[in-house]
Amino acid sequence: METGALQNFWQYAYFLAAVTIVFSIKWLSSPTTSRRGVIAGEIGFALAIIGTLLRAGVHNYTEIVIAMIVGAAIGAPMALLMPMTAVPQFTALSHAFGALAAALVGTAEYYKTATPPTGAEMVALTIEVLLGYLTFTASIMAFAKLQDLIPTRPMTYTGQNFVNLGLLAVAAGIGVWMIAAPAPAWAYPVFIGLSLLFGVLLILPIGGGDMPTVIALLNSYAGASACAMGFALNNQMLIIAGATNAASGFILSVIMCKAMNRSFTNVLFGAFGQVQAADKTKQAAKPVHSATAEDAAMILANSQKVIIVPGYGMAVAQAQHKVRELTDQLVKRGVDVEFAIHPVAGRMPGHMNVLLAEADIPYDRLHEMEDINAEFSEADVALVIGANDVVNPAARHDKSSPIYGMPILDVDKARTVMVIKRSMNPGFAGIENELYYNDKTLMLFGDAKAFVAEIVKEVAAQAPVAA
Amino acid sequence: MNSGFSLGLLNVCILFLAAFLGLELVRRVSPLLHTPLMSLTNAISAISVVGGIMIVGEAAGMHTSSVLGVVAIVAATLNIVAGFMITDRMLKMFRREDKRGKK
Repeated sequence: METGALQNFWQYAYFLAAVTIVFSIKWLSSPTTSRRGVIAGEIGFALAIIGTLLRAGVHNYTEIVIAMIVGAAIGAPMALLMPMTAVPQFTALSHAFGALAAALVGTAEYYKTATPPTGAEMVALTIEVLLGYLTFTASIMAFAKLQDLIPTRPMTYTGQNFVNLGLLAVAAGIGVWMIAAPAPAWAYPVFIGLSLLFGVLLILPIGGGDMPTVIALLNSYAGASACAMGFALNNQMLIIAGATNAASGFILSVIMCKAMNRSFTNVLFGAFGQVQAADKTKQAAKPVHSATAEDAAMILANSQKVIIVPGYGMAVAQAQHKVRELTDQLVKRGVDVEFAIHPVAGRMPGHMNVLLAEADIPYDRLHEMEDINAEFSEADVALVIGANDVVNPAARHDKSSPIYGMPILDVDKARTVMVIKRSMNPGFAGIENELYYNDKTLMLFGDAKAFVAEIVKEVAAQAPVAA
Repeated sequence: MNSGFSLGLLNVCILFLAAFLGLELVRRVSPLLHTPLMSLTNAISAISVVGGIMIVGEAAGMHTSSVLGVVAIVAATLNIVAGFMITDRMLKMFRREDKRGKK
C-alpha cells in the first residue's frame, strides 16, 4: 500500500504543480497579490522537483543534488547582485540558460538509446531542440547587445532575410528527415549547429529599440521548447507549464508590436531591421529653444500639473532616483506629478515601471498611455526624460515617417514641453523629432541625472508656497 | 486510453487549453507588472529541470546523455533560482502612495 501510494505520488505532485503554476501567473496580475504569485510558483516547482525525485527508477541522487546546488549557487548571487537597471539583459541571460537546459535534455533523449527515436516522439524532440538551441544563442546575443558587448544598432546586409529563412529551411529539412527515418550520425550535430547559428543571425538585424518585442518572443520560444519536451516525455505538467509560458511571451510580444504599429509577420520572422533604413533626410536647421535648469525649475515650481515621460535615456543615465527627488519637491509644493509610461519605453515590457518603483515612486502615479493621454491637454508641463520616438508627433500625421501610425504620448498637447536630452542627435531609429522645434518646447541639454539634480536644487531654492 | 493515438490527442487537447488559459491570464496582467511577469514566466520555462532529472536519474552510469543531463540541471536550476529571486526582488519595490500625501 505505502509503496504504491509513494510510487504514484509524482502524479499528484505534477497535478498540483500545474495548478499552482497557473495560479502563480493569475496572482501576478495585480500588485496586491503578485508576491503570493511568486510563492505559488515556488511551491509548484518544489512539488515538481520532489515528485520527479520520488519517481520509481530515479536514482543517482548525488549527481542530481550536486547539479542543483551548483545551479542555485550561481543563480542566487546573480539575482541578488544584479542592479535593477540591468533587468533586461539579465532576463535575456536567464532565458539563455533555461533554453539551453531544454535543448540539452532533448539532445540527451536523442542519444539515450542506441537507435534514435522516430515518429511522434521525434517530432516533439526536433521542435524542442530547434527552439531550445536557437533561443539559447539568440538570448546570448540579446544579452550582449543589451550589455553593449556588441553594437546595439541593427546589423543588416542585403539578402539577410533570404539567408536566415534559407538556413531555417535547411534545418527544418534535416529535422523532417530525422523524423521520417533514422538519419546518418552527422545529421543531428548539423541540425544542432544550424539551430545555434540561426539564433545568432536572428538577433543581428535587431536594434535596441526593438528589444522589448524580441525578449518577449524569446520568452515564448523557451516556453514552447519546454512544451515540446512535455510531448516527447509524455509529461502533461510540462505541457501545461510550457504552453502557458509560451502564450504569455506571445501575447506580450503582440502587445509590444501593437505599441510600435508593427505587423505580426514582422515579429514571427524577426525582421525588425527595416525601420532604421528609413529616411534620414535632415530637416533644415530650425531654431530650438534651450533653457537652463533655473528656467525649468521656475516653470515646474509654479505649475499645477506636471506629467513626466521617462524613456530609455533615464535608465542609461540612472536618473530615476533624482526624478524621485524632483517628484518629492514638486509634490511638497502642491504640484500634481504623474508619470506617463509608453508600452515600449525602455528595453523590455514594463522596464520603466520597475525603475521608478526601485526609486520608490508609488505605482499609483504611473499611468499607461491610454489612461493618461487625455490629461496632457490640462498639464502645465510635460517633462520628457530620455524618451524620443514615443513622443514624436510625426507618428500622427507624417505618412513618410517610419514610425507613422505608432501610438504616441501626446506631450505636445501640454502647455509647455521640456525635453532633457544629451544633444540634438536623433534617437535610435535615426528619425528627426519635430517636437524639438515646437515653439512651446524647451530643450534642456545635458546628462539626465545631472540635469534633474540641478533642477531639484533650483526648485528647492524657489520661494516656498504660501500655505 | 488504450492506444498511443488517443493519449497523443489528449496531450494536444491539454496544449490548447493551457495555451488559451495562458493568453487569457496574461491579457489581464497590468502593464505595470510586465517586467516581473516576464521574469516569473522565465523561471517557469525552466520546468525542463524535470526532464533533466529524469535523464540523470534513470541513467545507468555516466555517459554522454547523463553528462548532458547534469549540465541541463545546472542551467535549469540557475534559471529557476535566479528567476524567482529577481521577480520577488522587483515586486517588493512596488508600493502605493503613503496616506501622508494629498488626495
